[in-house]
Amino acid sequence: METINFENVFEGKLAKNEMVEPKDWMPENYRKHLIRQISQHAHSEIVGMLPEGNWITRAPSLRSKIVLLAKVQDEGGHGLYLYTAAETLGISRDELLDNLHTGKAKYSSIFNYPTLTWADIGAVGWLVDGAAIMNQVMLQRASYGPYARAMVRICKEESFHQRQGFEVMTRLAFGTSEQKEMAQDALNRWWYPTMMMFGPPDAESPNSENAMKWRIKRETNDQLRQKFVNQTVPQVEYLGLTVPDAHLKWNEEKKGYDFSEPNWAEFKQILSGNGPCNKERLAARNKAHHEGEWVRAAAMAYAKKKNEIYEAA
Amino acid sequence: MDNQGPVWEVFVQKKAGQPFVHCGSLHAFDKEMALQNARDLYTRRSEGMSLWVVPSNAITASSPEDQGPFFESANDKVYRHPTFYQIPDAIGHM
Repeated sequence: METINFENVFEGKLAKNEMVEPKDWMPENYRKHLIRQISQHAHSEIVGMLPEGNWITRAPSLRSKIVLLAKVQDEGGHGLYLYTAAETLGISRDELLDNLHTGKAKYSSIFNYPTLTWADIGAVGWLVDGAAIMNQVMLQRASYGPYARAMVRICKEESFHQRQGFEVMTRLAFGTSEQKEMAQDALNRWWYPTMMMFGPPDAESPNSENAMKWRIKRETNDQLRQKFVNQTVPQVEYLGLTVPDAHLKWNEEKKGYDFSEPNWAEFKQILSGNGPCNKERLAARNKAHHEGEWVRAAAMAYAKKKNEIYEAA
Repeated sequence: MDNQGPVWEVFVQKKAGQPFVHCGSLHAFDKEMALQNARDLYTRRSEGMSLWVVPSNAITASSPEDQGPFFESANDKVYRHPTFYQIPDAIGHM
């Protein structure tokens, strides 16, 4: 009988751009890398509900309130798609949540910044979701089937997020001078944190090489960052606002902008738990989880009891 | 003990008459909750008009390693395809 070399089968799939599915053999490091990446992504969606949820009760109109509610609900949904994708790799939901709650797992650094004004809600939708979309469009072709399929769903839903954010920015930027100032202030504060979302420069990115090799990612951090700047600068100009970067300049040769790097020391500080809102975010997640414990216990007891009645009948 | 309940697989039918297509999974403690969660999670934009939820552990899947031998017997039966047969030109489309 012919023996199957699983590693060759796996490599062959990657070479042919075929997807790896949960029951397929995969190298242990590939599995670990995916669990880390997908769970970080899921945690980011869930924690990402907090800075925006902060403004639901204070949205300036009923229209903006229902829009923001729908958006935050989507983020929750995206987290759930991603958790179930991670679970196909053999980790349980309880374990995933525990890793978040104990601070063992990371989530995107961006959600450790505060949303101080209504303009921040515009900037988050426009810039943060814009950056997330750029990353997620690429991930729709990730080599792991459940992850890629979750990304397809997420991308379909995500474009409304960015558009509603840009709409908020438009209203403020073309409003009173105070409103415009508010928009500029939000752009000033969110520009560099958004740049950081693509991760450290390629030369210093510990996970990039494997992610590219395994076709989980297809573009590097720096490539995505450049793409984002190229796409966003004309939008800033349309709004009549200014990118807070004195070195931003069109480079005809590379057909893209030259721009300043974000403060990577700040990025490291945030990842190690010392950002402006790290403690608050983690505390909020822990509180929500613990306060929901009795609901889960009651639902489980109810299901068990009903099952007994059903079996007895 | 705290947990999230069992995993359910969700299948959505887009329009009447179309097949139910797998769209993802979720956690729920019982059938009713599974259906409601599936509605909230997978049909927030009217993606479906009918839903199935199935406990994941009720699904038996063929294994990828056996894919070759398992499906092989269909490979050499070209006569199951209409193009295997020659129909005279005079007859036209059949």
